[in-house]
Amino acid sequence: MNTKVNLAGVELKNPVMEASGTFGSGMEYGEFVDLNKLGAVVTKGVANVPWPGNPVPRIAEVYGGMLNAIGLQNPGIEVLCERDIPFLKQFDTKVIVNICGKTIEDYIEVVERLGDEPVDLLEINISCPNVKEGGIAFGQDPKAVEAITREVKKYAKQPVIMKLSPNVTDIVVMAKAAEAGGADILSLINTITGMKIDIERQTFVLANKTGGMSGPAIKPVAVRMVYQVAQAVKIPIIGMGGIMTAEDAIEFILAGATAVAVGTANFRNPTATVECVKGIEEYMKRHGVEDIKDLVGMVK
Amino acid sequence: MKYKEIASICSQECIAPDIYSMWIKTENIAKEATAGQFVSLYGKDASRLLPRPISICEICNDRIRIVYRVVGAGTEEISRYVQGDEIELLGPLGNGFSLRKENAMLIAGGIGVPPMVELAKKLKENGTEQIISVIGYRDRNLFLKEELEKYSTIFVATEDGSAGTKGNVMDAIREHKLMAEVIYSCGPKPMLRAVKEFGIENEIETQISMEERMACGIGACLGCVCQSAEVDEHSHVHNKRVCKDGPVFDAREVEL
Repeated sequence: MNTKVNLAGVELKNPVMEASGTFGSGMEYGEFVDLNKLGAVVTKGVANVPWPGNPVPRIAEVYGGMLNAIGLQNPGIEVLCERDIPFLKQFDTKVIVNICGKTIEDYIEVVERLGDEPVDLLEINISCPNVKEGGIAFGQDPKAVEAITREVKKYAKQPVIMKLSPNVTDIVVMAKAAEAGGADILSLINTITGMKIDIERQTFVLANKTGGMSGPAIKPVAVRMVYQVAQAVKIPIIGMGGIMTAEDAIEFILAGATAVAVGTANFRNPTATVECVKGIEEYMKRHGVEDIKDLVGMVK
Repeated sequence: MKYKEIASICSQECIAPDIYSMWIKTENIAKEATAGQFVSLYGKDASRLLPRPISICEICNDRIRIVYRVVGAGTEEISRYVQGDEIELLGPLGNGFSLRKENAMLIAGGIGVPPMVELAKKLKENGTEQIISVIGYRDRNLFLKEELEKYSTIFVATEDGSAGTKGNVMDAIREHKLMAEVIYSCGPKPMLRAVKEFGIENEIETQISMEERMACGIGACLGCVCQSAEVDEHSHVHNKRVCKDGPVFDAREVEL
């Protein structure tokens, strides 16, 4: 049975990674999960300099999911290179660094800094709904998506994943723009912008007023978007959005995702990622699937 | 070491309006837990995704006691569990109190009271001679007062004046002219602010336990940060993680 998948020439031992921002750089979850068992580890978004993030409360639970407005707090690229990448290199897994920025120059600075680091893939976050500048501003205009992709590709030594926002009229337009700009891989979806109001205190629950919704409640939206994008582009897709179990992951793969990312499920169940790996193998056995690639986009 | 366990509930009772006390038999968590740490409880209804972080009130061999307030649907679900039910939990989490030999004052309010019980017990075992508890309640429902009396001299303040000093914990401290060499505190933020100020004025070591809305509970998601006085060595900004770097901090480390 083959669970290996190929993302722009990088071979993952299995299609399962965790979604950026839900797993730090793997250190904390490493107490519960054997990181060697994951196809890849995706770091929390990192910028050229440290970012303090948003005020608290940053977290709100909603029915079947949660809102977060962390605001991309991160220690900056130098710390990632000195502390987190060496930590991850102890494990037999691929390393994907998620990059955020306020300007194209910020993104490029991080991309260039990572040029000689032992990193396998770069994921460009143009879809965070929780920061005012940069982030989603790049992800909601197809011209901007194509331009930033092209610019990043000029400097990147590793293959580039563009992470798309669901907060657009037509995600297919954005996906095609990223592909036209030279993206090697797409990942989708980022969180869906939401809001929660505390009716007793008559105020917003989150200090940021709005936050990104994640969790099982958004999964049908994510599966639909992965399916639509898979019909429209030739590059591979990393599917995510509400994956709690292997069955959820299989849905994304059948819809057209080559790999999958487990995000909010980690908060509910710290071993969700490895359970997903195991469950996919069991599913393949049960359905007599020899190669996981045969499942990708099987449902048309 | 942190453990994720499916544990069994030994008992559950309502000890004051909306305040519940539960003893849980654990495989490893009780053995490793210390005063001031917390556990994450997972409800069975998966429409409520996130674990509920609850402080540990007492530790006894392989059992822990939690005392919590029902504040929403998640804690309401947990309050309906009965003896013999299973509950999934993760713990022990965070850093507890650092126990000192010096004379101690435990200052707590509301649902910040529970961790003081294990702390008072451990301080007494540790040989601290003078242990004072100053506890603020809303009204005459003085939950956990009897437990605290076993290990400490207790002074009570109530908002409605139905027991002890009318007012808050600081009013009780002033009324009884209380003083100590180390302060340990847990409760609402305005109270912690006053306690921190009192500690600094009197040059007393002050340990405070903080609370914030959490998601992962183990330091990965950065949901539950508090502001730190200095640039934190993990975050490289003025943020510390309540779940991982705390919940107990030296009061001087954090901005309230």
